[in-house]
Amino acid sequence: MDIKVQVREAPGDCYVVELSGEIDVYTSPKVKDAVSDLIDRGVYNLVINLENVRYIDSTGLGVLIGGLKRVREHGGTVNLVCSNPQIRKIFDITGLVKIFGIFDNEDAAMKALV
Amino acid sequence: MNQPATQSAPSDVVELRIPCRAEWVALARLAVAAVANRSRFSIEEIEDIKLAVTEACTAVIQHENHGETIEISCETDDGALRLRVHDAGRHVHAPKIAAIDFDEARVAGLGVFLIRTLMDEVTYEVHPDTGTDLHMAKRIPGRTT
Repeated sequence: MDIKVQVREAPGDCYVVELSGEIDVYTSPKVKDAVSDLIDRGVYNLVINLENVRYIDSTGLGVLIGGLKRVREHGGTVNLVCSNPQIRKIFDITGLVKIFGIFDNEDAAMKALV
Repeated sequence: MNQPATQSAPSDVVELRIPCRAEWVALARLAVAAVANRSRFSIEEIEDIKLAVTEACTAVIQHENHGETIEISCETDDGALRLRVHDAGRHVHAPKIAAIDFDEARVAGLGVFLIRTLMDEVTYEVHPDTGTDLHMAKRIPGRTT
């Protein structure tokens, strides 16, 4: 099992982090490194695309929450793209739907940043 | 010879032992998913079980006082899939949490919260000589325990 991380610049001074695969205790450090690297470079508006994520556990949620905390300190935010019902269920039952903007597609997530 | 009025199916037990390292957790959840798939669980319920097992193994791995291996036992009977996750460490990774304080983005205990939410029964046992057991059960739809 692995996670594929692709980072690309998007219009409006934001970046998209596109993830593919499974996010667990083994793969989440790779996601954390990618998100932290962007924040260290002064990118505080992020869209994290989970459309191709088949699985996420609490360590993955922890990475997302940690990233959100850091960007909020700089007035930024993290929006998520997720339409997979099973992944959305995890955000629902943990209450994370209340702290993340979660969108069905990348365009909507990026528009909500500005 | 008298036959019992009702005959329950025999329980099947599958056991797996993995090194207590992050790279093996995916194997544990896939194996448990395969066992769950033999019962009448929906895809959503199998995903719940996979996540619970993942969280259980992750809690062990992240605890500094863990053993060398994690043993996972899956038992299916008439009414439920019963899982035991055992490691030789003597610790309790079951913080008492009523709710998670997301204002402070506190993620400690999130794994245990998920386990308790997704599974029907969850109990911990700490044995001074042998280590820690987490017992979890998920009832099989349409059957009684």
